[in-house]
This record gives sequence, C-alpha cells and structure tokens, in this order.
Amino acid sequence: MSNILEIRNLHKSLNDNPVLQGVNLSVSAGENLVIIGRSGGGKSVLLRHIMGLMQPDSGEVIFKGINMSALDEEALNPHRREIGMLFQNGALFDSLSVEENLAFPLRERGGFGEKEISDRVDEALEIVDLPGQQKKMPAELSGGMKKRVALARAVISRPELMLYDEPTTGLDPIVADSINKLIVRLGDRLNMSNIVVTHDMVSAYHIADRIAQLHEGKIYYEGSPGEIQANQDPVVQKFVKGISEPQDAIV
Amino acid sequence: MTEAVENVFAAIGRWLIGGIRSAGAITLLFLNILRCMVKYPIRWRLFLQQMYFIGVKSQVVVLTTGAFVGAVFAAQIHFQFIKFGMQSAVGATVSVAMCRELGPVFCCLLLAGRVGAAMAAEISSMKNTEQIDALRAMGVYPVEYLGVPRFLAMLVSTPVLTGLVLIVGIACGYLVAVPILGVDSAYYWDNTIKYTAVSDVLIGLTKGFLFSMIIAVISCYKGFNPELGTAGVGRTTTEAVVISSLAILISDFFFTFILNSLFLGGA
Repeated sequence: MSNILEIRNLHKSLNDNPVLQGVNLSVSAGENLVIIGRSGGGKSVLLRHIMGLMQPDSGEVIFKGINMSALDEEALNPHRREIGMLFQNGALFDSLSVEENLAFPLRERGGFGEKEISDRVDEALEIVDLPGQQKKMPAELSGGMKKRVALARAVISRPELMLYDEPTTGLDPIVADSINKLIVRLGDRLNMSNIVVTHDMVSAYHIADRIAQLHEGKIYYEGSPGEIQANQDPVVQKFVKGISEPQDAIV
Repeated sequence: MTEAVENVFAAIGRWLIGGIRSAGAITLLFLNILRCMVKYPIRWRLFLQQMYFIGVKSQVVVLTTGAFVGAVFAAQIHFQFIKFGMQSAVGATVSVAMCRELGPVFCCLLLAGRVGAAMAAEISSMKNTEQIDALRAMGVYPVEYLGVPRFLAMLVSTPVLTGLVLIVGIACGYLVAVPILGVDSAYYWDNTIKYTAVSDVLIGLTKGFLFSMIIAVISCYKGFNPELGTAGVGRTTTEAVVISSLAILISDFFFTFILNSLFLGGA
C-alpha cells in the first residue's frame, strides 16, 4: 500500500523545551494508526503538525506528496480540506446549531446545493447515531454527543485522512467504546486512513492496525497490537500495563 | 539600591519593548485585514449579523449617552456664559463641541466598551476552546472569517451612530437651554446654524470612522492573542477596552490637528 502521510525527522521545541526530537513515521492508505504516549509527551503537538496547525523547527510532513511544512497558512487551506480532525473537546462552533456546524465544511468547500447539504447532514447524523438533533445548540449536548457531532462534522466532507486527538478522554467506558467502534466503522465505510492519539490502551487495541509509541520526543516502538503486548521492552511494558515508578509522578 | 534602580529601568524597558511589539503586531493585523478585504469575497451574512449587533443593538446606549452629554454640556455652558450675557451663544458652542469632539469621542468610548469587549471576548473564547483551530483545520483563514466582517461592520456602523449622537446631543442641548434655562429660541438656532459648518459635522464623522478602525483592530488583536483560561478571557477583554479607549483619547489629540488643517485650514 502507498503511503498517504510521511513524517521525516520532525523537531519542535516549545518555550525552549524539546517536545519532538526527530519523529519519523508513515501512514499507508486505509490504515488505522494509533499513537500512544504519556500525557504532555507531544502526541497532540505531532497531530497539530500533521494538520499544519503548527510549524516544525525542522523536518517535514509530507501529505500525498506535498510538503505541508513548507506552505504558509493560506496555501495550506486547500490541503487541510482533505484532512479531518476531531479535537479533544470537540471544538464545535457554539454560536451555530448542530446542523450549521455540520454544514460548515461543505459550505466552505463550495459546490453543494442546499438540498445536498441537508441530505449529507442528515446522513452524517445517522452515521454517528444522532438522528433528529439538527436544531440543537452545542450547549444542549452531553460530552459524548458533542464528540459524535464533532466527529460527524470532521468526516462530512469525506477526508482521506482523519486525525483524532484523545477521542475518548472524559467519556465513560460505554460511551468511549461506542466512539471506538464508530471510528473503526467510519474508517471502513468512508475508506479513510485514521491517526488516533490516545493514552487509553483499551481504545488503542480496539482501533489500531498498528501502534506507535512516542517516548522522549521520538517514535520508540512500532508494531501491531499483538506485537506491542508481547514486547518485553521495559519502556513499552510500563506504558502498556500502566505501571508507575516514584519518579514518574513528576512530569 | 542600585539593583532596585536597575529593576525599575528593566521593567520600563520591558514595558516599552512589549508596547512597541504589540503596536507592530496590531499594525500588521490591520494591513492583513485590508488585504483579506481585497482578496476574499465579503461574507454578507456575517457582515449583516455584525451590523445588527453593532449598529442596531448599540443605539439605545449610544443615543442615551449622546442625549445626556448634550444636555449637561448645554447647562454647564449656560451657567458660565450667563455671567457675560452670552446665553445666545450656547447653541453654537454645544453644536460645534458635539460635532467636533464630544459626539465622536463619547460614542466611540461607549462602542469600545460594548462592542470591543464583545469582539475580544468572543474571539478569545473561540481561541481558548480550539474553535479557531477548527476553523483553520477546515481550511478557513480566521482573520478573513472573524476579523473582516467585524472590521467592516464597525466601519459602516460607527459614522452612522456618531451622526445620530450629534443630532440627539444638539437636540437635547436645545431642550435644556431653551425651555428649561430660558435662552431665546430664535437666537439659539440662528447662532447654531451660523457657526456650525458642514466641515464641523465632517470632522465628527471622520473621527468616528477612524476610531472605529482603532476599536475593531485592537479588539480583534486581543481576541486572536488572548491569555489562557477563563480568567485570561476576562483579562483579555478588559485590556481590549482599556487599550481601545486610551488609543481613542490619545489619537483624538492628533486627529484634531490633522482634521482641522484638512477641513478648516487649521482654524
């Protein structure tokens, strides 16, 4: 399978703190990649580089052969429309209704009639199991519903690559499981590649074709869920089994 | 002692450098908004929403202020002028002062408080809740989507509101001076019309137009560069209002000289 995304030797420091220290990673078309790592370890920063929301200090993010890191804010826009992103807290526009939130990316992209937009909104809400919620405002939705609506908005324009930033954080296990199933279902149905950032190993095993562990600013280990569980490396085992040591409390 | 002095100078230096840096960033945002106005089609729906919020919803507060400023100024001028038997000049004084100074300044200070605060609070909340990143992720340039409609709506609404403030202020000045304080109505209007030139009205409207740019750009700048967290949104909003108000009052001094030479040849 050809690679849809390649990250080459990515470096980023924030406030003189090195966060990414030479990340190399690739994602092939249709693949579900889960990036795991400790909180504050740079997973979300990596995801924001892929979307072009942050610029690296050095290194490249190549999406479908285009070096996203070399483009300025406005030149990135057409390429960003081919990538969807689910933000940690949904990031729904709180002044717009659910329907308007979902229609937003379609209206921005242009070329859709109002009837087609309305049909696509209805379909997207059906897919995330929230039919009939069009007129509600984001403030009227529960945490899980917000995540689902945000997910529907992210996929409504059928992106080729979906990025998920901690999709199950703050949700109860049952809602989290339903989001995990939804991510896999959407990926299959819309033929998307998925990159999911999480520290929730239950989600990681459920979603991943391949798991990459980000540790000290680099990809420390890559493998299938089975391989990572069988790996005896202490850094991998500590994270996978959730074992802390006294010095780990201070991060 | 020496260290304390050094600290004071260091603090002043930091404050100055910060101020210069912010002024540069605000100027760049202003130029960026102008560029976006040319490059992208106008978002009429957002523009009209902002027009409604700024132009229509601000009327009560702005006109009430204009009415009482005109009324109080007429009374104060009358109390002084009566000592010299110059009551008939109250109308002209109120009118010229409202047009050239009081109308645009009071109107725009009120707008800085009401509209500037709302702009800074809304945009900074969007920034803090990743909504601006969501816009960017969907291929929308935030300055074009959020900045341009607000800037344009301010530019159109403010001179209209300033014009209304002038009318209401002068009318309320008349109501205080003539029926309440007993100034002769004929002399009042005669002097008002005689000494109020079209250029006085133009100076007021031009000031309103220029102040509207200041409010919009500073408030958007603070919104796009907020402090983090809920308390940060509060501080950002307060700073937007304070800086806009100070900028209005300071720039008013310079605009007064520039516009006087432009419209009145320095008179």
